Amino acid sequence: MWGGLRPAVGGADFVEIEAKTIRLLMTKLAESYPKLEPLIEDGVAVSINGTIYQDDWSKIIPTDAEIYLLPRIEGG
Amino acid sequence: MGIDTPMKDRVFKSVGTRPTRPDGIDKVTGRARYGADFNMPGQLHGSILRSPHAHASIKSIDTTKAEKLKGVKAVVTSKDFKTKGITDPDLLDIIDNCMASKTAYYDGHAVAAVAAVDAKTARAALKLIKVVYKKLKHVTDVDEAMSPGAPLINKKCFTQGVEPAPTKASNIAVRSEFGHGNVSEGFQQADIVIKRTYKTGQSHQGYIEPHACVASISPDGSGEMWVCTQGHFVFRQQCAEILGLDAAKLRVTSSEIGGGFGGKTHLWLEPVALLLSRKANRPVKLVMSREDVFRASGPTSTTSIDVKMGVTKDGVITAAEAELRYASGPYAGAWASYGAMTSFACYDLKNVKTVGLDILVNRPKTTAYRAPSAPMAAFAVESMIDELADRIDMDAIDLRIKNAAKEGTRSSYGPVYGPIGIGATLDAAKKHPHMKAPLGPNQGRGMACGFWFNFGGQSCTDLNISPDGTATLTFGTIDVGGARASMSLVVAEELGIPYDKVKAVIADTGSLGHNEMTDGSRGTFASSMSAIRSCRLAIDDMRQRAATMWDIDLDDVTWENGHAHAGGSSGSNHAPLSIADIAARAHKTGGPIAGHAQIVADGAGVSFATHICDIEVDPDTGQTRVVRYTVIQDAGKAVHPTYVEGQFQGGAAQGIGWALNEEYIYGKDGRLENPGFLDYRIPVCSDLPMIDTQILEIPNPNHPYGIRGVGETSIVPPLAAIGNAVSNATHVRMTQVPMSAPRILSAIHANKDSD
Amino acid sequence: MSVLVNSTINGDQYEFVCEPDETLLDALRDRVGMTGVKEGCGTGDCGACSITLDGALVCSCLVLGAEAEGRKIETVEGMSDGDKLHPLQTKFLEHAALQCGVCTPGFLIAAKALLEKNPDPSEEQVRYALAGNLCRCTGYDKIVRAVLAAAKQMRKA
Ligand code: FES
Ligand code: FES
Repeated sequence: MWGGLRPAVGGADFVEIEAKTIRLLMTKLAESYPKLEPLIEDGVAVSINGTIYQDDWSKIIPTDAEIYLLPRIEGG
Repeated sequence: MGIDTPMKDRVFKSVGTRPTRPDGIDKVTGRARYGADFNMPGQLHGSILRSPHAHASIKSIDTTKAEKLKGVKAVVTSKDFKTKGITDPDLLDIIDNCMASKTAYYDGHAVAAVAAVDAKTARAALKLIKVVYKKLKHVTDVDEAMSPGAPLINKKCFTQGVEPAPTKASNIAVRSEFGHGNVSEGFQQADIVIKRTYKTGQSHQGYIEPHACVASISPDGSGEMWVCTQGHFVFRQQCAEILGLDAAKLRVTSSEIGGGFGGKTHLWLEPVALLLSRKANRPVKLVMSREDVFRASGPTSTTSIDVKMGVTKDGVITAAEAELRYASGPYAGAWASYGAMTSFACYDLKNVKTVGLDILVNRPKTTAYRAPSAPMAAFAVESMIDELADRIDMDAIDLRIKNAAKEGTRSSYGPVYGPIGIGATLDAAKKHPHMKAPLGPNQGRGMACGFWFNFGGQSCTDLNISPDGTATLTFGTIDVGGARASMSLVVAEELGIPYDKVKAVIADTGSLGHNEMTDGSRGTFASSMSAIRSCRLAIDDMRQRAATMWDIDLDDVTWENGHAHAGGSSGSNHAPLSIADIAARAHKTGGPIAGHAQIVADGAGVSFATHICDIEVDPDTGQTRVVRYTVIQDAGKAVHPTYVEGQFQGGAAQGIGWALNEEYIYGKDGRLENPGFLDYRIPVCSDLPMIDTQILEIPNPNHPYGIRGVGETSIVPPLAAIGNAVSNATHVRMTQVPMSAPRILSAIHANKDSD
Repeated sequence: MSVLVNSTINGDQYEFVCEPDETLLDALRDRVGMTGVKEGCGTGDCGACSITLDGALVCSCLVLGAEAEGRKIETVEGMSDGDKLHPLQTKFLEHAALQCGVCTPGFLIAAKALLEKNPDPSEEQVRYALAGNLCRCTGYDKIVRAVLAAAKQMRKA
């Protein structure tokens, strides 16, 4: 996960979570790391195997997928 | 829900052709209506009073005299904005920026507004408003703003993203960090390590049409607004929240838009117009002057960037590090983090670390400008890549090819890449005839790469089949340069009917569900995805109608080339039915035929570009001339290639202007000295050559047609491409943008002196 | 004190009232309803307000409404001949010489003025003739091509 989130998970740059969809992943993350919750609500995008999902939290996460959390992006 | 139809090799009939745009005739005959071309019955004229100071606390505002002037119908100040109950910090910043409350943060910050029967009376009323300011020390330079003695812009600004949170306020609003590996180990493996600081000036989107709107609110809380915007649904949502209205009761219609490039994603005057209208109970028209556009609507960040990179003699980049300081105006932003994410995104790096710092300064609130924050970072990094190549005596393009990111590379901002196009654009550049063309005296050639994310987001479309079999697509993203043409092509493709049998219409906010902005290069990507789904739903409906007409099973009806075909066991002897045939009988088979889709279009697919340019520099004056320019970019699939080329060319031209001329110039008093096109000089026709384009099509696996966003990436490489060309022409390295003639000349002189 | 102004606009007689300090741009837009004439700057720097006044190309933001008395004005609204588009208009569409289109009326008027003086301009001549018109969307490439193509077609006609 990106540097901005690391303080909220005690400095770790990766954590292991089992979840089927992005939504479940986020719920579980927020349960395990309460400090992440406000950040997750609207500041986070999720990359699954390199494709970035900003909103589609129903996306099914394939097994062994690499998930990366990064800030939401705005464009011009 | 996303659309789950994977891209397969398909042959396109309509998509990829170049018909003329459906809104074209209105635009060449003067009929198209832009923001300021609309009036409502009984409308008043609004005018805004702006702070003449760079930084001042507002002691008092006396509006009594203005209110008494004959013809004045409403005066508003920040007191009229009811912010109680609003907790979203971004929205609070928007409100404070629309109308300063306690402090005027920059030259041009709005402090009061008037609505009167005509523009002249409104202007006269502004002169009668008495504002007592207490001037405060100001800072406009990004590095100065970080220095210990700098005037504090917001006493409650404690740097976010630092653990533990700082206890002392500063002008550093946000810190963000990205990367992987170990940079200090990486630098030890390098044969050459270079460290430099680069600076870029503040540029403005420079759309030719100033912001304009007409707002009307009734005492019952319902209202309408006509506005030039990149996202009328978002404007509605934010304005409703700011004014405490029900979003559904505020109907927002988007005008034709005279350019936006990010600048029209943000509210500047719309809430003020609505407030004036509510107070006066009359429609109010508010139009910005060009000077107001420059002083008070969002430019990009001015930046200062440290880059350090190490390379081995045989051209392996072993480590890369950057600290990027981006001015965000007086409010916190995430601009530096985009710079930090994009800076090294083109390369496959084992050890990389980037830190972004968003800095508060007394300049207008920074807003998105085409691939926001990426061009400055690319200027720094791509300039250094050239310098590294020079030091190890390798061709700059070969160094890039050797280190280019590919499928499977861990990107510098975190995720691992899927199929990407950086390698393809570099290979195409290497093979391009431009690379081998001879150069004249005092000319230099430069190249640079660029990256942008692109994204999708919420979109909603309606497809309606008329009784004669023609189709109307209603969609909710603004047409900034050919979207109606592209959407019509997609519908024609999907339904299998001719392009001219499709009408694409942009809905007002009362006619469709929420749609996000046309920004982030999302317009065509996301709306086409939704349009395809709408079409497919309508096709399902039409198959059912055909089954009814033939009295056979639905399963026995297939759809091909715009026709229903009977097949299977039941009815092979039926002649195929066209959409027109089915539509003509719709009244007997279940009523109107339509498809409604709503999606979150994610998976836009990152985009890469490589630019090549030749610059001629007059060694006596430092004057530059762009001699030749080539853009090579991946579009996934170009729906309307001519408009894709247009995006490439337009972005390149904006980048060229930024590289050579454009810059906000602040005086010692912190006031903007060049708020007009005469002194803030954007490229004119005679400044530029033809801009050659090469469209690569590496399909985006997440879109049914393989489309990627194309609108933004083209502004990323020019700053560095030109810097590298100037350096190759003059043998001096430019580290500051814009590379104006005096700056180039003094660099040449400094170089001579040191020889 | 308002003034009464009589002018010929796109071949038709118009009578309008304007303030003595009102620009011709504002008068055309607000009094006559010719909103094809655009304001991009109001200071003579962008060319979006281009018109011809007695055949001369001018920025209407730099002319007073009152100065139009007795004179001939041409705006984009008068360019096509009935339902037949002017070759410049056709070529702008074919070449996609417009993205947002807000600069287009000004470019069309300026290009028309150029081709009336010089029916066979070089690329460079086109670029200099249009240097008073700003376009932020296109990078000018397709605009220049459209003007050259229109010139070619008009020479044939
Ligand atoms: S509005 Fe007249 S030149 Fe810009
Ligand atoms: S097409 Fe937008 S300014 Fe020219």
